[in-house]
Amino acid sequence: MTDVFLDNKYIGTVQNPKDFVEQIVHERRMGKMNSDVNIQFNQEKSKVVIETARGRTSRPLIVVKEGKPTITEKHIQQLEKNEISWSDLVKQGLIEYLDSTEEEEALTAFREEDLTEEHTHLEVSSLDLVGLTTSLVPFGNFNQGVRLNQGAKNQKQAVGFYAANYQVRMDMDVNLLHYPQAPLVKSIMHDVSEYNKHPSGQNVIVAVMAYKGYNMEDAVVINKGSIDRGLGRSTYFRPVVAEELRYSGGLIDQVTVPDKEVVGYKSEHDYRFLESDGIIYPEAKVGEGDVIIGKVSPPRFLASMDEYSLANNSKRESSLSLKHGERGVVDFVTLTENSEGNKLIQVRLRELRIPEIGDKFTSRHGQKGVISIVVPEADIPFSTNGLKPDIIFSPHGIPSRMTVSHMLELLGGKVASLRGKAIDATMFESETEKDMRQELLNMGFREDGSETLYNGVTGEKYKVQIFIGNMYYLKLKHMVKNKIHSRARGPIQLLTRQPTEGRAKEGGLRLGEMEKDTFVAHGASLTLKERFDADKVIVPVDQKTGLVGYYDARKNNRAMSPTLGEDGDMADIEVSYAFKLLLDEFKSLGILPKIKLKSKF
Amino acid sequence: MADHDEVFKEYKDTLPESVIEEIKQNLPEKCTKTRLKNILQKVYEEYINCLAVPGECVGIISAESIGEPGTQMTLNTFHFAGVAEMNVTTGLPRLIEVLDGRKTISTELMNIFLHKPWSEGKDIKKISESLKELTLNDFLKEITVNITEAQLKIILDEDKMDLLDTNATTLTNNLKKAVKGFGFEQKDTKTILVTISGKDKDIIQLYKLKEKIKHVYIHGIKGITQVLPVKKDEEFVMIAAGTNLKEVLKLEFVDETRTFTNNIYEVEKYLGIEAARQLIINELMKVIEEQGLNVDIRHIMLVADAMCMSGKIMGMNRYGIVKDKPSVLARASFETPIKHIINAGLTGESDPLNSVIENVMLNQPVPIGTGLPGLIIEAKRKK
Repeated sequence: MTDVFLDNKYIGTVQNPKDFVEQIVHERRMGKMNSDVNIQFNQEKSKVVIETARGRTSRPLIVVKEGKPTITEKHIQQLEKNEISWSDLVKQGLIEYLDSTEEEEALTAFREEDLTEEHTHLEVSSLDLVGLTTSLVPFGNFNQGVRLNQGAKNQKQAVGFYAANYQVRMDMDVNLLHYPQAPLVKSIMHDVSEYNKHPSGQNVIVAVMAYKGYNMEDAVVINKGSIDRGLGRSTYFRPVVAEELRYSGGLIDQVTVPDKEVVGYKSEHDYRFLESDGIIYPEAKVGEGDVIIGKVSPPRFLASMDEYSLANNSKRESSLSLKHGERGVVDFVTLTENSEGNKLIQVRLRELRIPEIGDKFTSRHGQKGVISIVVPEADIPFSTNGLKPDIIFSPHGIPSRMTVSHMLELLGGKVASLRGKAIDATMFESETEKDMRQELLNMGFREDGSETLYNGVTGEKYKVQIFIGNMYYLKLKHMVKNKIHSRARGPIQLLTRQPTEGRAKEGGLRLGEMEKDTFVAHGASLTLKERFDADKVIVPVDQKTGLVGYYDARKNNRAMSPTLGEDGDMADIEVSYAFKLLLDEFKSLGILPKIKLKSKF
Repeated sequence: MADHDEVFKEYKDTLPESVIEEIKQNLPEKCTKTRLKNILQKVYEEYINCLAVPGECVGIISAESIGEPGTQMTLNTFHFAGVAEMNVTTGLPRLIEVLDGRKTISTELMNIFLHKPWSEGKDIKKISESLKELTLNDFLKEITVNITEAQLKIILDEDKMDLLDTNATTLTNNLKKAVKGFGFEQKDTKTILVTISGKDKDIIQLYKLKEKIKHVYIHGIKGITQVLPVKKDEEFVMIAAGTNLKEVLKLEFVDETRTFTNNIYEVEKYLGIEAARQLIINELMKVIEEQGLNVDIRHIMLVADAMCMSGKIMGMNRYGIVKDKPSVLARASFETPIKHIINAGLTGESDPLNSVIENVMLNQPVPIGTGLPGLIIEAKRKK
C-alpha cells in the first residue's frame, strides 16, 4: 500500500506503485492525459506524487527506449521538410516535459553517445544546459560559470540595431549602433534567433598586450583611426514629452510661445527655435537651456487671480527645456492625444556618440572595460603586414578570470576572417581548437595566433610575440556623456539651503557621515567646518530671551528680537542654516529651544 | 649593576614601570652604563611617540580601525570554529554580541584549567563526567508506575553510579530534598520506591511525578551541559558548554587563577569589572585574530574601557553608552531622536556643546585637533 498525493493532497492508496506510475506515464505519452501532468514514485518516503499545479517549471526531453532515442533520423527529415512540428512530437510522446519532481526519477543522457540501457531520457540539445542569452557566448563550455553569466549580462546592455523601424518609434532613452556587424564567431543560437538581422557589435582586431600604463584595471586602449572610420559610433535618442494638462475650474495648459508677461519668462534667446505653434522644428541644433516645447500653465492658486482679476498676467511659464549638459538635434516631432484626450507633444532628440575616454566596451565573455586612452593611429603597434589592432586588451584580465573562451574567440575570429567563413562556436559542439590552429597554419600564419608586432611610436620590434586576432566587441550603453558631473557652486534646496542632489539638478557630491569622521580623525576641524559652510548663515540672537531674531528691512536692516522687538540684546552668530531650521522645527513641536551665548575670548 | 640601577632611577618618572621591567629582563649581560643610557633614551623617544597627542581623536580612530576590517567580516558571517564536537559562535555575530553587551549570549563556554596532577591527565574522564550537570534521567534504567500499589518504581544504572562515585542512598536523599509530598524508600542498591505520603492516593499525581522527577538535579554543576577535555600544550583543559563560574571555582582540582567563562556578565558579577574589561578585550581580540585580521589591541582596549567605565557593563548602543552621553543633540543624532528631544523639552535640559557631533550640527569648529586650542590671555571686553 502506497499513499498517493495529488498536488500535495492525500487522495488514496495504490497496491502497486511502480505499475501505477508506469501506466500514467504511458497514458500521458499516448496522449490520453495532459502532457503537463508529472508523476513520481518516491521510494524512500514510499509515496506517489502527482503534480498538476500551475507555475511549475518543466523542460522538454527526448524519451529514450531500450537505450535508443525515440526520435529517429526519419523524424528529423520530416521536421526539416516541415511535415511535422514540435507539438506533433510532444503529442506522439516522443518528447515529454519533466518537472523537478519527475526529473528525480529520470536518468538523462547529455549526448546521444552517452546513452546506455538504463537511460530514460536524452537532452534535446546540449545547449539546454544554459539559457538563450548565455548560449550566445561563443565557446562557452570552456569558461568558468560566473564569466558565462557576466558575458550574457553584458550582451543585454550592448548598443545595437535594436529594431528596424526605429525611425517611426518614439522610444525613450535608446541607443543605435551605426555600423552593426554579424559576429564572425557564432553559435547556433545566433542563426536560430536571426541575430544577423539585429546585431549589436562589431568585429574588431584585438591585440592582447600592455600599452604603456593605459590598460590597468581592465581599461582598453582604442585606435583613433578605427574610431574615425566609424568603430563604435552610435546615436542616442532622448525624448521630450509635454502634455496639455487640464486643471479644476476648466483651466488648461497651453502649448505656445510664451508671452513676455508670463510669470517666469526666460529670454527671447531661449525660445528662438520655437515655431508659431510653440513647438520646435526638426533638425534644430539645441543645447543646454534651449526650449523644446513652449508651454504656459494657469496660476497655481486661483485666489490670486480673483484678487487682482488681471487674467492673463498671472499665467505661469512651464516650458520644457534642455537640462544642464544636455544637447542634441531635433529628430522627430509627433503631435497626438493621450488616453485622457489631452494634447500630447513628443519630440525626439538625436545625438551622435563617438567613442571617447570613459565609454564602456566588452567582449562576449564578461571581459568589460572602459576606454582609457584614444591613441592616434600612427602610434598603434603594427604587424609585419601592416595590420593594426583596433583595440588593445590587457593580458592581466585573463589568468585570474580564466576566460578561456575569450582567447579561443580571438583565435577563431582570426581563422574566420582569413578563410571567409564564420566559425561555429556553439557550446559543446564547436569547432576544435586543434582544427583552428591547423587551419591558421595552413594559411601561412603562426598556429598559436601570435604575430610579430612593432612599436608604433619608435618602430622597434617587440621582443615577444603578440597574440592578435579578431573578436566581436560590443559597445555598452553606459557612456560617460550620460554620467559625467562636477560642481563648484550651483543650485541649493529651498528648505534647507543645502546643495541639491543628483546630476540632473547639477547637485553637489555629499560629504557624508563617514567622510566627516575622517576629517575629525585627522583633527582637521577647521577644514571640516569649511566643508560644511555650504549652508552657513548669520542670524541675530536675542541674548535676553535666547531666541533667534530677524533683520527688519523696514528699519534699515536692524536686528530685531522676535518677542521684544527693538529692546532685545541682539548678537550675530554664524550657524548652519540646517540648525536654524532644526530650532524652528522644535518650536513647531512645542519645544522652546534657547541659545545661551558666551564670549569666545 | 649598581650603576644600572642609578640609570634606571633616572627614568623612573618618565617611563612606566612595566617598560623598565621589560628592559631589565632583556638586557644583555655585558652592558655599559652609557650604552644603557642610550637604550633608555631611545626607548623614551619611542614611548613618547606612541602616546596619543592631546586633541587626538582616539575614539573615531578606534571606531574606524575596528569598523573597516569589520566590513570584510560580514562576508563570512556564519563561520563556526568547532572545538571537536562543539559549535561556537565566532566572527561577526560574536563581535556584535560582545560589543552590544548582551546578557544572554548564543553559546556559553567555559575554559576550565586544572591544578597538577589533574592537569597532567589524572582521573581526567572522571573529572569531566563529574562536572556535567546530571539529572535523575541520566541515571535511569527504568521507571514504571505500579497502579495497584500506587507506587513508582525507579531502577538505576549501577555502572553510571559507580563511575561518578555515587550510590542509591545519596540519590534517594537528593530526591527527598528536591521533591516534597512523596515518600522515598530505597529497596536495594539499584531500586528506589516512591509512594504518596498523604492520604489522598491519586494515581494521576504519580504520573505527573514520573515526568517531573526525571529533571531533578542529582550530580555535577548546574548549567554545564557538556564537557570536553582538550590537550593544550602538554596540559589538559576542560572546555565546557554552559557556564557556572561560582560553582566551578569552588572545586579543588580547578585552577581558579586561569579558569574563565565567555559570559561577561558572570565574570563581572564574581570577579569584578576589571576582570570583565579584560574578558571583553580577550574575546574581541580572539574573534579578530581568528578572522585573520589585524587590529591594534589599544583600539579594543579603548572600547572595553568605554564599556566598563561606569562600573557596570554597558553595550555600545542606545541602551548603553550612548544613553549616558551628556549632550542631547549627540544622543538625538544616534537613533530615536524624538524620544531624546521630547524628554529634553520636558525637563529643560541644556546642551553645553562640548563634543564633536553637536558642533558639526551647528557648523562650529569641533573641539578636536586644530579646533581644540584657544587663547589663554583674556582680551578686554568691549563695553
